[in-house]
Amino acid sequence: MIYNCRKATFLIEKKQLTVLTLREKIELRIHLSGCSFCRLFQKQSIGINKMVYELFHQAVNREIRLDDDYKKKLQERIEEQLDKN
Amino acid sequence: MSIPDSEETLTTAPVILDPQHWVANHADYLFSYAITRINEEEQAQDLVQETFLAALQRIHKFEGRSSERTWLTAILKNKVIDVYRKKSSGLGKNITSLDTEQQDQDFFDPYDGHWKKSHCPEPFGIDTNDPLMNKELKSILQKCIQKLPALWLSVFTMKHMDEESTELICEELRVTPSNFWVIIHRAKLNLRACLQKNWI
Repeated sequence: MIYNCRKATFLIEKKQLTVLTLREKIELRIHLSGCSFCRLFQKQSIGINKMVYELFHQAVNREIRLDDDYKKKLQERIEEQLDKN
Repeated sequence: MSIPDSEETLTTAPVILDPQHWVANHADYLFSYAITRINEEEQAQDLVQETFLAALQRIHKFEGRSSERTWLTAILKNKVIDVYRKKSSGLGKNITSLDTEQQDQDFFDPYDGHWKKSHCPEPFGIDTNDPLMNKELKSILQKCIQKLPALWLSVFTMKHMDEESTELICEELRVTPSNFWVIIHRAKLNLRACLQKNWI
């Protein structure tokens, strides 16, 4: 029996990052039509990917800032290097 | 020095590097880039410094075809990958054990491959559009991501944050393509379970 949940969740992940083969597409569709758990898994998996995307693309707006002292030191090091050149 | 006419500056003016102002212009951006990928403050700080210093040494190689920030970010990105590689190389021996389906047994019945009753997905707050709830869910997600084993975390972040090609990830982290998919699958199974467990 190839239409099991382990395989289906594997294909759900693969599908979000690449193109499935025709056979894989059919296998997944047949499984999902009869398995509400994997349908829920798919919905949540897509939701997680969306959240992950937002997490890392909004990071810059989240006002993460480098410590001011550290910046001062960085600036000094850069100027030091520039003087050498 | 002659001033080029304005039309020319718009189309062809090469970007000129301004290292005097790198810290003021890019340090916070680079730090937030690093910290979201590494999640260790001290190491992220070090990477920002290393990036600036490496950039200074390569300043003559800058061709002015990308913006200053893009160029600096590319240097930082390679440094982040180096960190991933170091963190995950110690796990090299465990990769082979990923081939067995043993770890799936947490989630699936070893005989028929269906969900174990105790691990079946259940509905939780992931599909609501409540921004406040969403914010909380995201902070849980972030913690769940950090719990992943180093190699999985590296594969997952490279794929999802930077949308790197599968080939590049496999090459950089020395993972076979089939193991790549196994890792992506396992990582998501674990993340989803972690969210369900820690939500509410």
